[in-house]
Amino acid sequence: MADDILALHGLSRAFGALKATDDVSLTLRRGEIHALIGPNGAGKSTLMGLVSGKLAPDRGTVWLEGRDITRLSVAARARAGLGRSFQVSSLIPEYSALRNVMLALQGRAGHSYRFLRPVMRDQALISGARAILARVGLGPRASVEAAVLSHGERRLLEIAMALALSPKCFLLDEPMAGLGAEGTKQLVTFLHGLKQDAPILLIEHDMDAVFQLADRISVLVYGRIIATGSAAEIRANPQVRAVYLGTEDSL
Amino acid sequence: MDSTRKEWLLNALIAGALFAVPLWAWLANEPFIITLATRIAILAIAAVGLNIALGLGGMVSFGHALYLGLGGYVAGIAAHHAFHGTEVLGLPGTNQMLPIWALAMVLSGLVAGVVGALSLRTSGIFFIMITLAFAQMGFFFALSWPAYGGEDGLPIFVRNQFPGLNTARPWDMFLLAYAVLMLCLLAFAGLRAARFGAALMAIRQNPDRAAALGISPFGIKLVGFVLSGMITGLAGAMMADLTRFVSPAMMAWTVSGELIVIIILGGVGRLFGPVAGAAILVGFEVFFGGLTEHWKLWLGLVLLGVVLFARGGLIGLLAGRVRHGG
Repeated sequence: MADDILALHGLSRAFGALKATDDVSLTLRRGEIHALIGPNGAGKSTLMGLVSGKLAPDRGTVWLEGRDITRLSVAARARAGLGRSFQVSSLIPEYSALRNVMLALQGRAGHSYRFLRPVMRDQALISGARAILARVGLGPRASVEAAVLSHGERRLLEIAMALALSPKCFLLDEPMAGLGAEGTKQLVTFLHGLKQDAPILLIEHDMDAVFQLADRISVLVYGRIIATGSAAEIRANPQVRAVYLGTEDSL
Repeated sequence: MDSTRKEWLLNALIAGALFAVPLWAWLANEPFIITLATRIAILAIAAVGLNIALGLGGMVSFGHALYLGLGGYVAGIAAHHAFHGTEVLGLPGTNQMLPIWALAMVLSGLVAGVVGALSLRTSGIFFIMITLAFAQMGFFFALSWPAYGGEDGLPIFVRNQFPGLNTARPWDMFLLAYAVLMLCLLAFAGLRAARFGAALMAIRQNPDRAAALGISPFGIKLVGFVLSGMITGLAGAMMADLTRFVSPAMMAWTVSGELIVIIILGGVGRLFGPVAGAAILVGFEVFFGGLTEHWKLWLGLVLLGVVLFARGGLIGLLAGRVRHGG
């Protein structure tokens, strides 16, 4: 379909006898947030690895705007338009917030083999990064090293770096992890606006946030998707209630 | 004073001292001191090369003696054929430094490309061991190749020439080494500040994040490794000319270790770390080497102290740590 930005077709990946991802197909449409939920060990991280390119699938394909990207490396997928954030903040610790975002802008442009012009005199790179930091609310912290930012600020910097890639779609791996109630609320508002930039495939443990944000939800259990639908449909689905919602997390 | 300005001041001081001391020696007619300063400058060039791989890229090459030796043999073999008026691979020998340097850099770069392409698929201790293995291959090859002296080495009877200088004079040779060192430092500072350096330093800290931003760690590291080998190869050609002798000992694994020690003593990844480190190493060798043949024991203790208490080496101790702010 023309509106499918990201499409997974029959993705499978086994580790020995364990089928971590088992024939998973899903789509991410323009303008939507598609949340992926599932109990611990359901295979969310493996699926994330298959989409981002960190892992190769045994079977199946990954498509981005109608282009088969299954064989591309992590870096090539990022240049093709996948903007991801990590479950555990993954930043360049010795670089300031500004330089982290500048590096993302540099990565998107694909011009890393330049040896002469100093990056700190590259006004386009600097002003672009400042604008993005301002948008996520980190403007005043631009010159602080990533290693000494607070946990919440590090989560925001993760998003800022994904944003700097101007991706065709976002892969956000538990962006709310470890945020307090206030931080989560702010991020929910922000993500709601972000989906206008590009659709979001969201892996998240915070059920309140998921049900507030997601246009569609897919439930992953033992590597398989057992249901996909709107928040209301997922809440009402008896299979989902039985294997997931009734067991450890409650609605 | 902020740490960046402090570091620039310190760098200027080191650069000034490395020029002023041999200048005084020249005026006072002390050629031994001039040659010592020349040796510091050339060792520093070799370490500037390694500093690209190790300091910026975090690639702990334990085999950079290979490039030093390759450069040395280019200079030795070219001079050997020029002296005897014979040909090598259909080419005449030469006693001109400029083409020798160019060839030394190209050859070192090619070999570093092969070594890097194979070893950069690994990391950590495996990377260290593979780079060491390649250097040992070079060492034993040179040892068993009788055409160019084998284990006896190859003397350079007349020092190679540079236009406008009389390289046989210690002061001229020093000026040449000093100028090349400054050019190499300029190149290091330039690529560190540019997008390439930003990518290379980011990959050292977090390769997964760099990849997720579209920056391929392998390609960037390989280019860094090749540039690193080229500069160390250049230093090798100059070192052979300074001592007018090249032998397999130049490729010994202890030499690779010495280059790492220079960088750790001076400051890993710091612009003038290699210069400070080379000065400390040669200084120790001369002053403590005159007092006791066990001077390496004292050097070892200093190294231990640096690793335990002053991770940033001399530059880090005096100028504080690096800031990538803005």
